Amino acid sequence: MGEAATKPNPTEDRLATLTMPSNGWADEARKAAAARVREMGLPGRRDEYWKFTRPDTLVQLDAPQAALFHNDEAPLFGEMDRLKIVFVDGVFDAAQSDDLTMSGVRIDRLADSADIHWAADLYGTLEANGHYVQRPLAAMNTAYATDGVLIHVTDKAEKPINFIYLHENETSDAILHHVVKLDAGAELTLLETGPAAARFNKCMEVDVADTATFHHVRAQGRDHERRAATHIFARLGTESVFKTFTLTVNGRLTRNECVVELTGDDAVAHVAGACVGDGDFHHDDTVFVTHDALRCESRQVFKKVLRNGAVGVFQGKILVKEGAQKTDGYQISQSLLLDDDSQFLAKPELEIYADDVACSHGSTSGAIDEEALFYLRSRGVPADIATDLLTLAFLAEAVEEIEDEDLRTALVDRLQGWLERHRG
Amino acid sequence: MLNINDLHVQLEEEDKQILKGVNLTVEAGKVHAIMGPNGSGKSTLSYVLSGRDGYEVTGGEATLDGEDLLDMEPEERAAAGLFLAFQYPVEIPGVGNMTFLRTAVNAQRKARGEEELSAADFLKIIRERAKALKIDADMLKRPVNVGFSGGEKKRNEILQMAMLEPKMCILDETDSGLDVDAMKLVAEGVNALRNEGRGFLVITHYQRLLDHIKPDVVHIMADGKIVKTGGPELALEVENNGYADILAEVA
Repeated sequence: MGEAATKPNPTEDRLATLTMPSNGWADEARKAAAARVREMGLPGRRDEYWKFTRPDTLVQLDAPQAALFHNDEAPLFGEMDRLKIVFVDGVFDAAQSDDLTMSGVRIDRLADSADIHWAADLYGTLEANGHYVQRPLAAMNTAYATDGVLIHVTDKAEKPINFIYLHENETSDAILHHVVKLDAGAELTLLETGPAAARFNKCMEVDVADTATFHHVRAQGRDHERRAATHIFARLGTESVFKTFTLTVNGRLTRNECVVELTGDDAVAHVAGACVGDGDFHHDDTVFVTHDALRCESRQVFKKVLRNGAVGVFQGKILVKEGAQKTDGYQISQSLLLDDDSQFLAKPELEIYADDVACSHGSTSGAIDEEALFYLRSRGVPADIATDLLTLAFLAEAVEEIEDEDLRTALVDRLQGWLERHRG
Repeated sequence: MLNINDLHVQLEEEDKQILKGVNLTVEAGKVHAIMGPNGSGKSTLSYVLSGRDGYEVTGGEATLDGEDLLDMEPEERAAAGLFLAFQYPVEIPGVGNMTFLRTAVNAQRKARGEEELSAADFLKIIRERAKALKIDADMLKRPVNVGFSGGEKKRNEILQMAMLEPKMCILDETDSGLDVDAMKLVAEGVNALRNEGRGFLVITHYQRLLDHIKPDVVHIMADGKIVKTGGPELALEVENNGYADILAEVA
C-alpha cells in the first residue's frame, strides 16, 4: 500500500496519448468530460457492464492494426439523393463531401466552428446525463474528439444527410463527436455508412424538440478487423419521434450503445438493429431507454445471425420513472445460431416505478427451423437458398423497423449479399 | 412411373421398423389410394419418398421414371417431379407466399436446365391458378401458411402443386381438418391436375375424399406393408366394415 504513484493506471496512460483540442466554446465541456473519465476510469474486464464484452482493445494505448477492406459492392444508398459528408480515418474531407448548405439545416464542422450557442449548450450535455450506468468511453469521446459535425435542423430537411466513413490507414484511431439538434417540428433522416477506422470511437448527441422527427439508419461494415465503440444519446420532447436502425456486418468488435430519454409526453422511440457475423465477430448492443413522461412508446428490436463461433451480446433496459404512466415499452432480442460454436448473451432488464404501464420483453436463441427448411426443400428450393430465405425471414422483424422502403430494400440487398458469401 | 420395391425403413433414432417391405407401382395417368389404420406406415412412406430426415432405409428401392429417389436430396426429388402435399403444411413467418413459390418454381426450372419464369409471366400464371382455388391476393402476399385456416393451408398446397406441375403427386391426408365444402374445393383442384402424364398417390383414412378424387387402384396398408390391393370398391368396403375384416382376412 501507499504506492499509488507507481500503480499502473490504464486510464491515465490512455488519456496521456490523447490531446484535447481547443475550440473555445466547447473547452469547458471537454474538461468536465475528462474529469468524468478520470473519476469513472476506463472500462475494465471486471466491470459488470462489460461482463460479456472485453473492452481491452477499445482502451489499449494504440489502435490494433486492421487490414483495409476493399469493397466490391456499389456504394450503399448510392442511388439516393442525399447530402454527403465524408470522413477519412475520422477526418472530415471537404473535397469528397458535398457543399454543406441545404435548406432547413445548418451544418458546421466541430473542429473549426466558431462560437455556436446552441451547440455550446448541448455538447457533452446529453452524454453527461446518460450515466445511469457509467459510459467512460463516451466521456472520453466528448473530451478528446478531434472532429465531427454540428447539425442544426430548423425545418424539414430537404434531403437525408449521409455520413460516409472511409478507412484508408491500417492503424487509424478515430474519435468523432456529432451533435444534432432538431427544432420543434423539424425533420431529418441521417444515414451513416462505411468502415470508419481501425479503431473507432464515435459519440452522437441528438436533441429532438417537441413534434420533431429524427430517423437514423446506419450500416457498419463490411470491414473484418474493425474495433468500434459507438454511443448515441438522445433526448425526446413532447410528441417527437426518434427511430434508429443499425445493420452491422462483420467486425472483430463492435459495441453500440444507445441511450434514450423520453422527456416529453407522447414521444416515440424505436431502437433496432440487425447483425450478421461469421467467425471472429463480437457484436454488442447495449440500450438504455428511460421513460420520464406520459404515454410514451418505446421499442427495442434486435436480431443477430451468428455462425462459426461468432458472439452476439444484448444488454437492454427499460427504466420507467415514477409518474411515467401509460408507458408502452417493448423489447425483443433474438439470435439465430447457425451452428453450435456461436453464442448469444442477453441481459434484458425492466425497472418500473409507475403502476399503470405496459412493458414486455423477450429474448430467444434458436437454430434454423428444420421443419420449415424441409418444407422449402421439398418444393425444390436448394438447401442454401432455403437457409438464406429463412435467415432473412428471421431478420425481417428488425429490418421492418425502418420506415422508408428504399432504405429497407437497400439494406436487405446487403444482407442477401452477405448470406450468399457466407454459406455454410 | 413411381416404383417402390420391397422398401424397408426404420426410425433413425430408435431401432423401430416402420416399413417392412412395401411394393407399389403407380403408373402415369393413374390415381392410387392408400388406406390403412393409424400407425400402419402411410405417412412414413410419404416422408421417406420426399426425403425427410429421421428415417433410415434398410432395404429395397424407390424410383421415379427409373431414377433412384432415395439417393437424392429433397430438392432434387422435387426437381425430378415429385411433390408431397403435407398433412400439416408448415408455417414460415417472414417468407412471403409469392416469394416462396417463385423461388421454388424457378429453382426447379433451373435444376432442369429450363429458363426461369419472368416476374410478369409468373404473376399471370399464379393469379389464374390461385383464382381457381379461391385463393385471393391477400393470401398470396401473406407469409407462407401463417394465420391460414386449415382449409386455406390445404388449398395453398394444391396451388403449389398446380404451379410446380410435378409428375408424381403424393397427397398425405389432404382431407384431414377439412369441412365438406373445403374438401370439394381441394378435390376439384386435384382433379383439374389429373392428366395422362401425371401419377397420384392419395393417402387417406376415409372413403369420403375418394368420392371426390376417384381412384383407379386402392391399397390397404397395415403394419408396414401393402396387404391388399383392389379397385375403388375396396375403399367402400373399408368405409362400411372398417379394417378389421380385411386384416383378419389377410392374416
